[in-house]
Amino acid sequence: MEALYAITVGMLTACSVYLILRGRSFPIVIGITMLSYAVNLFLFSTGRLVINQIPIIGAADQYTDPLPQALVLTAIVIGFAMTAYSIILAVRVRGEWGSDEVNDTSPNDGEGNR
Amino acid sequence: MTLAAIVLLPFIGASIPLILRQRGRASISVASASVTLVALVLLATLAMQTLNGAVPSFFLNWLPNIGLDFSLRLDGLSLLFATLILGIGLLIIIYAHYYLSAKDDSAKFFASLMLFMGSMLGIVTANNLILLWLFWELTSISSFLLIGFWSHQSTARRGARMALAITGGGGLALLAGILLIGNIAGSYELDQVIAAADQIRAHSLYLPALLLVLLGAFTKSAQFPFQFWLPHAMAAPTPVSAYLHSATMVKAGIFLLARLFPVLGGTHEWFTIVTLTGLATMLFGAYFALFKSDLKGLLAFSTISHLGLITMLLGLGTSGAIFAALFHILNHATFKAGLFMIAGIIDHETGTRDMRKLSGLRKFMPVTMVLAIITSAAMAGVPLFNGFLSKELMFMESYEQQLFGALSWFVPVLVTLGAMLSVAYSIRFVHDVFFDGEPVKLTVTPHEPPLMMRVPVIILAALCVLVGLLPMLFVPNFLQPAVDLLAPSPLTIKIALWHGFNIPLLMSVLALVGGAAIYIQRAELFSFNRQFDHRDAKETFAYIVSSVTAFSDRLIQRIETGSLQRYMAALLLLCILFVIPELAKIDALTGTRAQLPIDSVSLVGAIIIILTAIGTAAFHHMRLTSLMMLSVVGLMVSLVFIHFSAPDLAMTQLVVEVVSIILMILALFFMPQKTPKASSGRRVARDVLLAGFIGGIVGTLNYALLTRPLSSISDFFLVNAKPGGGGTNVVNVILVDFRGFDTLGEITVLAIAAAGIHKLLNNLRPFMPSSDIDGRPWHRVKHPLLVQTVAQALLPLALMVSAYIFLRGHNLPGGGFIAGLITSAAMILQYMANGVDWVKHRFDYNYQTLASVGVMIALFTGIGSWFFGANFLTSWFTYLDWPVVGKFEIATAILFDLGVYLTVIGATLMILANFGQMTTRHRPRQEGN
Repeated sequence: MEALYAITVGMLTACSVYLILRGRSFPIVIGITMLSYAVNLFLFSTGRLVINQIPIIGAADQYTDPLPQALVLTAIVIGFAMTAYSIILAVRVRGEWGSDEVNDTSPNDGEGNR
Repeated sequence: MTLAAIVLLPFIGASIPLILRQRGRASISVASASVTLVALVLLATLAMQTLNGAVPSFFLNWLPNIGLDFSLRLDGLSLLFATLILGIGLLIIIYAHYYLSAKDDSAKFFASLMLFMGSMLGIVTANNLILLWLFWELTSISSFLLIGFWSHQSTARRGARMALAITGGGGLALLAGILLIGNIAGSYELDQVIAAADQIRAHSLYLPALLLVLLGAFTKSAQFPFQFWLPHAMAAPTPVSAYLHSATMVKAGIFLLARLFPVLGGTHEWFTIVTLTGLATMLFGAYFALFKSDLKGLLAFSTISHLGLITMLLGLGTSGAIFAALFHILNHATFKAGLFMIAGIIDHETGTRDMRKLSGLRKFMPVTMVLAIITSAAMAGVPLFNGFLSKELMFMESYEQQLFGALSWFVPVLVTLGAMLSVAYSIRFVHDVFFDGEPVKLTVTPHEPPLMMRVPVIILAALCVLVGLLPMLFVPNFLQPAVDLLAPSPLTIKIALWHGFNIPLLMSVLALVGGAAIYIQRAELFSFNRQFDHRDAKETFAYIVSSVTAFSDRLIQRIETGSLQRYMAALLLLCILFVIPELAKIDALTGTRAQLPIDSVSLVGAIIIILTAIGTAAFHHMRLTSLMMLSVVGLMVSLVFIHFSAPDLAMTQLVVEVVSIILMILALFFMPQKTPKASSGRRVARDVLLAGFIGGIVGTLNYALLTRPLSSISDFFLVNAKPGGGGTNVVNVILVDFRGFDTLGEITVLAIAAAGIHKLLNNLRPFMPSSDIDGRPWHRVKHPLLVQTVAQALLPLALMVSAYIFLRGHNLPGGGFIAGLITSAAMILQYMANGVDWVKHRFDYNYQTLASVGVMIALFTGIGSWFFGANFLTSWFTYLDWPVVGKFEIATAILFDLGVYLTVIGATLMILANFGQMTTRHRPRQEGN
């Protein structure tokens, strides 16, 4: 199971990194969102993979580590804030410049003003 | 204390001219002169102690961690230099008052001059090497301001830049050298460094340290081959040249050599490098001084030559040579400052400094002529003037040294040659200007300058004569402490005018006669010199600077292409490079922890996640498809959470997933629906490779982590959740109680992000498609009845569920975050089903207020615990017996959770509702700024 989990996290990371390396803003935002899944899964797994031991007192004989869960819960919400911010930024840039290219191809930063 | 006051006074004085800018030139000059005079008087009170053998010092801790303390001392060497700096400084200020024209900004001039004066005093009194370096760099900066004072002249700007580049660069080398020395000695305090001198000289890093320090000293003192900046610095106003390039700044390098002589000197390396550099500089400067037709140019090269002479003496390093060097420092400062001032007077009164135009000024400026003859005679080393005495000592030392074995004879010969040239250019300075026919080429009739402009020169000339005639009167007293400090063997100073007929006297006579002969035959020499193609140092320097700049420009253009894709790839590549060596250290991939078996459901789930993730990446050109696949990944992730005992996470993930996918679909409305194919095959291959590597590394890391045993601090939370926090859901208790401060920070971030988005949406005019991608117009029914009905029915249900989830959160999966997100999702459904106007009509509430109220509630719940004498965010709980419901727990944590709940609703709806309004005519307007 551990190997399967690790492979899944690795695949998620790889796909999200590929998306982040694209030249348009929308795939990048998708990539960032997917990367946050991968990161959350990774962080969550620092408590190791444990089945049927939910960290609620009295619900089981043994409990899994609750600390990574608390951290990841926070991370999910923060990740949402970041996704939202970046997607709105992308829309704003599109609205201002008429393009969703992330590369700076404008010719105005020539050698003269360096 | 007095010592610190002496050093700091000029720095305070630097601000006075700027304050007095409006009050006129006279008050500025008087203020600067008074500050200098006060410092000089203070110095005189301390000088008595130093002359009696004590060393007044001052110590103040500054940054002891890096070995930097504000530590000052006034030993014999410091006293000699400090007297020169303040004494000549005072004369320069008087002179400059008359020299500067009404057009010049004298406030700026005097402020820079005082800054420079303070920095120089700092160098000579510093008892800490880093402090010394600090002041050293300050002199580079302030001299840059002074040399470039006439900033409208391109020569001044270029000269100032060159001086700064050379001396500043040398300063960096000096810093490196000082750090090496301090490392070896274990301290930067001068006393301790001198105490560790033997250790330093024996250390394997001695030679690098020596070379670096010498680089600093030689650049500052314009020693060969760094001499070229000094002639170009002559673009400065003449008072600056007289001060910086005769008495002070260029002497800083000499001072450093003398200061560190007890530490670094006396070795074979020191002797060879320093002596030969000095000798080369002396000859080079003297030779070129002869050919300069500009008065200041002649003096500049002459200064280079004399600095070389002093350097050579310090290189020889015998007690006699050290004394001769110190004596010549004093003499050179007096006559050279005077000569520069005379050059300035001539320039001032005739309008030119070109010796080819000047001649026969003796009739018009007799007093100036006498002063020029006295100071030039001192420079040439004519008997009865001070220069003679130190030159005689120098001849003696060069003759007596045996450091080059059988070749030692070449030193006195070359020294005599240098002295001959020195005599020749001194004669030229006087003869070409004051004699040599009538002043026919001048456009103005020259006359004597104002008396006060001559007074400083008169004082200096008088000193030349006084010291020359009566050397034993005060020179031994003044120099003995410095000699005691530096000389390797004890030496009692004795200066006599007449030593009898001996070799040094012969050398002096040879120099005078030979110099006169060279001057008479100068026409031959000039034509000899003309056949060489002299490359201007300025051009070489400019060429080097411009090629370095061009190289950097090209480099920047290669690196900084403006392609964010490329930056990102480089960043990731660097990550890989840093991580791989660390990963290679892990000896076994699989750890000792027992692994779980794979069940078929998990396997299918994993395959779905992997396939949809690949699909998201592969179909990213079709954005909606890609987004749908992403949502599948997100939903599957929440299943992963629930499978591995994390119900809270699963619920959060599920709701966040819904909300963020809605947001992205909404955003996609304003974005191109498809990505044009832009990436080349090579780029795709590169990115796949890079992504594969990173994914592989993360996967490996995760596997290695998962298979290793866990030791956690969570036992504390598990044990204390119920008795301490009053809840059984440990995750929620951690969030609202144990780590409540983190959560407070988190909801603040959420609120800030929402506020940022709100601002980003202001005045946004997004691109609004009138049809979908295939050209079909939007459906005319915007809000289908079925959806409307279901959504309205769902709202109370959803609110009830969220209230339930919220209340049970402390004990069972749930809590403020999840409840807030459920409420938001229900509200968003209303927006989608019924439109913005419909919701606004029924629920006109300001979400910004909601989010801030939420943060406030959480914050004040935390602060509330102060009133009960507890720490911030300490929670309190009790149990109440409610009718019907039964025993119910009430905790302050639930109040905190309410804050979280409200913030999440406020922030989420602020983002989504505001963004949703973009699609309607109710666009947010710019509110203020």
